[in-house]
Amino acid sequence: MTVGFVMLCHTALGRAAQVARHWAERGCPVVIHVDRRVAAKPYGDLVQELSDLPNVRFSGRHACEWGTWGIVAASQEAATVMLREFAEVRHVYLASGSCLPLRPVEELRAYLDERPKTDFIESVTTEDVGWTIGGLDFERFTLRFPFSWRKQRWWFDTYVKLQRMVGYRRKIPAELVPHLGSQWWCLTRRTLSAILEHPERAKIDRYFQKVWIPDESYFQTLVRQVSGSVESRSLTLSKFDFQGKPHIFYDDHLQLLRRSDCFVARKIWPDAVRLYGAFLSDDRSRQAAAEPNPGKIDRLFAKAVERRVKGRPGLYMQSRFPKENFENGRTAGPYSVFSGFADVFENFEIWLSKASGTRVHGHLFAPDRVHFAGGESVYNGALSDSAKVRDYNPKSFLTSLIWNTRGERQCFQFGPADTQELNWFMSLDGNAQISVISGAWAVPLFHSNRNFGDIRREAARLQKIEQEFLNVLRAPYAKARVRIWSLADFVENPMEPLQTIIDEIGPRQGRRLTEAPRMADLTGFGQFLQNLRNQGMQPVLMGDFPVGDDPATRSTRRGRPYLVK
Amino acid sequence: MTGRVRTLLRAAWRAYGLRTRRRRHLWRSFRSRRALQVVKDRSSAIRRGDILCFMTVRNEQLRLPHFLDHHRKLGVRHFLIVDNDSTDGTRDYLVAQPDVSLWHTRASYKLSRFGLDWVTWLQMRHAHGHWTLTLDADELLIYPYWQTRPLPALTGWLEEQGLEAMGTMMLDLYPDGPLSAAQIGPGDDPLSVLRWFDPGNYAVQVQERMGNLWIQGGPRGRLFFADDPRRAPTLNKIPLVRWNRRYAYVNSTHAILPPRLNRVYATDGGEQISGLLLHTKFLPEIIGKSTEEKARKQHFANSALYDSYYDTVISDPVLRCPQSERLGGWRRLEALGLMSRGGWV
Repeated sequence: MTVGFVMLCHTALGRAAQVARHWAERGCPVVIHVDRRVAAKPYGDLVQELSDLPNVRFSGRHACEWGTWGIVAASQEAATVMLREFAEVRHVYLASGSCLPLRPVEELRAYLDERPKTDFIESVTTEDVGWTIGGLDFERFTLRFPFSWRKQRWWFDTYVKLQRMVGYRRKIPAELVPHLGSQWWCLTRRTLSAILEHPERAKIDRYFQKVWIPDESYFQTLVRQVSGSVESRSLTLSKFDFQGKPHIFYDDHLQLLRRSDCFVARKIWPDAVRLYGAFLSDDRSRQAAAEPNPGKIDRLFAKAVERRVKGRPGLYMQSRFPKENFENGRTAGPYSVFSGFADVFENFEIWLSKASGTRVHGHLFAPDRVHFAGGESVYNGALSDSAKVRDYNPKSFLTSLIWNTRGERQCFQFGPADTQELNWFMSLDGNAQISVISGAWAVPLFHSNRNFGDIRREAARLQKIEQEFLNVLRAPYAKARVRIWSLADFVENPMEPLQTIIDEIGPRQGRRLTEAPRMADLTGFGQFLQNLRNQGMQPVLMGDFPVGDDPATRSTRRGRPYLVK
Repeated sequence: MTGRVRTLLRAAWRAYGLRTRRRRHLWRSFRSRRALQVVKDRSSAIRRGDILCFMTVRNEQLRLPHFLDHHRKLGVRHFLIVDNDSTDGTRDYLVAQPDVSLWHTRASYKLSRFGLDWVTWLQMRHAHGHWTLTLDADELLIYPYWQTRPLPALTGWLEEQGLEAMGTMMLDLYPDGPLSAAQIGPGDDPLSVLRWFDPGNYAVQVQERMGNLWIQGGPRGRLFFADDPRRAPTLNKIPLVRWNRRYAYVNSTHAILPPRLNRVYATDGGEQISGLLLHTKFLPEIIGKSTEEKARKQHFANSALYDSYYDTVISDPVLRCPQSERLGGWRRLEALGLMSRGGWV
């Protein structure tokens, strides 16, 4: 008893001949079907090349366009030849011309000998498959598909829509329960002959001729009627990409294919010299008779689909430039933006760096240059500190920085004096943690030694800019994690907000802040604000600072006032 | 409704404009055929399905042996080259190559759209239906799996995916120290001295009109154009196209018409496949060449604006910075996000 191979070929006939010879010389009869669209010359060459082998036959030729009945008709006819001509065949294995045996024939034969009555065919009800193309699963069986999906897509879609609209449904004949599955099966003589000699075959064939992709459903459905023992999996390793097209195996997949322990793989790149050399040679080290396990290599293919469909968040490059809101994450990782903190606290960056264990940047968007952590002039990824380069494409600047420092959280200072171009971008970015002490920009003005007229003008300008920034952050569809305090509220109780922010950043969870940053001297700040008011400006963002009631003098002393125990 | 109609009308008008422009380029290229004299035409050896490489060269004897070798190994079957009046033996060398067809011209590089008219003419005649690489002599194409899968594997897969072109970025490579120290001889691998690159210093935007990307940055953006980043060289290229005689590159190979070919990038958040052009511009000879080009004024539309660029190059700068990375395998380049395998496993 042996296994016979039915091979459906349409290109790379030289490779098909090689594989057919491999099987035939090892005692497995082969019936070859060549697509009718292949020219006479290459077909003649193939026949000639295999003419010395007594157990190779060619079957009547059908045109096998993808997803059409021709493939089923070809399989039926070739299988009939196989059963008629080779009495010693017990299992018939449907393969293609781009299949490659991964394990020696004897192992396959032994495997099938142990399971003489089992049919290996993936056969799943339509409710249970997740991989159908075009969203058609059950409708494959209830609509008509006279148009080619590949060549007449518009007619195909329109005709489907039309049938849906008028509520057309075909009747499924002969109590068939539609099943789907990989088209590469291995069936016993008993099952296969029962399908081919089905009393209602003419009717069933006529029905399936108008089903969409019948090669994935004809045998898969009928086998359920006639077989006593269906093992619903394919012995052929074949992987599909997100469009339902088969992945191709190349020379560098050698180890991967070995690891799968499958008997046959498809589809193989015809010029994969190493693969054909390795798997068609006889001197292969015998492995333990392992169970085929395509799952072992699934992860790689799942990752490939994810890479193609979802991409790497935060990456913008020559083959990934998502439209706005299609980014799957605008940036590569979480980052923290601090607005006003460096004004309220002295040496805030140094303190934050210690407290959070990260490198902390100054004002990345400062007008003079990019203030990278440590005053670097070139940062990770060779980003330049030139303000002109940054402002030429600020979005690229920020996304590159976050991408280049993947795995290391970025913290930077921000304020109304900086370039504001990325406000919307950051506000809509779920990775941004933006903490704002509103009105804090007034503190450096308060300490500055400039003419009061200039200070007043500058204060009005900064307030306007910050107000716009806050509006952006408060937009209902903002995705960033935003916290806003007025300066007055913040200086009342600075430690709690700081602790919250640090906890959120914190790589070291649950760390209590033991050292507080030193706060700028706010003595007389209330009077300063009153002076601004007296000059006709209305400072609103900093909250309520009554004249004379200085928060700095009331709740804090200079130095390190509030150590938390 | 009227807004939508207006958008449609505008799109139609733009499409019409681009179509006119493409035809103008094709017409110019057709007329430029007279500028080319055949030196050696072996194009009758081209077979169906062969992958072709087109380029214009001028004094590239230093790089050509390795360039041809690299792309031959990848599976380029025929090189169709225009020699723009080289004086360094380039011509004799190319004539002797069995898989090169060579044309010669003394005409102006700048007035032929930087050599594009000549190449487009050759493509009209020879590239129809072929997968076509259009490169400069200082560009080496790499793509995911390039060491184990030759170009026919890639183009076969692209075709299977319904893709007509693959995008790349030029990766400017530079030596460890000053440019003048990176000496190599003709035929040597330039990558043996140009081993460093900027791993993450690239600004990307889309140019609305033709839908092509515009990537700038790298060491030239960082050092030579920090004060005028808009003028920094364009780094994105679309060198690999399944050619049709009605296609035309617009601006080097940065953009191509018809505009759908510029969509080599995914916009839905996913990643399309892409490669890199390893740019071996910064060999020591660039110092001498810059002196010559500064005088010749053939390389930029507005050449005077690039004088300071030439001056900087002539001053023999060090391009490497502490954040530069040493060139490794393609998997590392892919992990850095400089190219992508897309859905190719």
